[in-house]
Amino acid sequence: MIPDVFAYERPETREGALALLAEHGDEAKVLAGGHSLLPLMKLRLARPSLVVDVARLYELSYVREEDGFVCVGATTRHHDLATSDVARASAPLLAHVAGQVGDPQVRHRGTLGGSLVHGDPASDLPAAVLALGGTLVVEGPSGRRTIDAREFFVSFFEVAIAPDEMLVEIRVPSNPGEQWAFEKLTKRAQDWAIVGAAVTRRASGVGVALINVAPVPLRAAAVEEALAAGAGADEAAQLAAEGTDPSSDFNASPEYRRHLARVLVRRALQKAGF
Amino acid sequence: MRVTINVNGTDESHDVEARTLLVHFLRDACALTGTNVGCDTTSCGACTVLIDGQSVKSCTVLAAQADGASVTTIEGMASPDGQLHPVQRAFQECHGLQCGFCTPGMVMAITSLLRENPEPSETDIRHGLEGNLCRCTGYHNIVEAALAASREMGGAS
Repeated sequence: MIPDVFAYERPETREGALALLAEHGDEAKVLAGGHSLLPLMKLRLARPSLVVDVARLYELSYVREEDGFVCVGATTRHHDLATSDVARASAPLLAHVAGQVGDPQVRHRGTLGGSLVHGDPASDLPAAVLALGGTLVVEGPSGRRTIDAREFFVSFFEVAIAPDEMLVEIRVPSNPGEQWAFEKLTKRAQDWAIVGAAVTRRASGVGVALINVAPVPLRAAAVEEALAAGAGADEAAQLAAEGTDPSSDFNASPEYRRHLARVLVRRALQKAGF
Repeated sequence: MRVTINVNGTDESHDVEARTLLVHFLRDACALTGTNVGCDTTSCGACTVLIDGQSVKSCTVLAAQADGASVTTIEGMASPDGQLHPVQRAFQECHGLQCGFCTPGMVMAITSLLRENPEPSETDIRHGLEGNLCRCTGYHNIVEAALAASREMGGAS
């Protein structure tokens, strides 16, 4: 399978990339690792006339701790995030989930920013960032703005980023003592989750996020509220399907996905010490 | 567009379309057909090669993305005198292949794995090969080959 014809640009600066996006708007797509975009282009589900390769904007590839946050550059590859000492120490859920995406080859190429902007509700990392209460920093012609992860995922494969903007950084609160757990069910190890759950437990509260039970990754608000009110893992997990809108496909019916949400959230909560 | 990639130690410079996938650059422009196209959907790992030492699925990388990089394919594994790489030799000695279609990708994936983790456990190897499918062997002897290669390369790593 070969993508449709497109023009390829590899700007040497962030400003150069933003200028191309401003000029070409909807017709342009940002390419980082390419492991979400290229499969779509090969299937001709995406046909950008211009591909802007930002993978060599190395200024956007980093993991560092700043002002109580772990800050990850948008083009940081999953493998580099999973093996980052900073991430492993201060955002262990994020580092772990980065190491669970796809398979080693995918993790050598795919990037955190690409995974988030792609907006696939079946992806692992959006749920992790959501559970952690993350913030996304996007840059456009008028400068930078930040978007709460809860506002970022708008609909199925749709995120709150304009065609002339680019995701540049992801921030999650630093928490070396975090208790966390991540559960996903797949038929084959490398597959997308049929359903998954990410849990983080810290002094400021509990974050529970679900994978692939709605058109967007979802915070399990009912579970979080029950835990805050003193419920145990079993009781809280029974609420995990509230607010979900699971799809039906060859892997699972909506009913089975709701069942999985309850089971996986219970397991995750127990592993996180509830 | 002009794409130049150092493939197995030799600079390969070719005029290709921007949409050319790395695997087609290798097979068609460089005439290196050891890298197989299997599923063409980033699943099976048959097209695995190394970019700057790291395993990637070359059906999901544009040749343009590897412009200026170093790529190693199965053809670059044996020494110029024909002596097999330890991973290749381990596949032969452990009977790690049957039909052989997945084997180039398996060898490249294991080479990358051993570079990151020179002494992997059996579990590490099974997880490290999650991106490579084999329909013949049941994986047992592939894992044995990876363990054998790790042992043989232990001194050097």
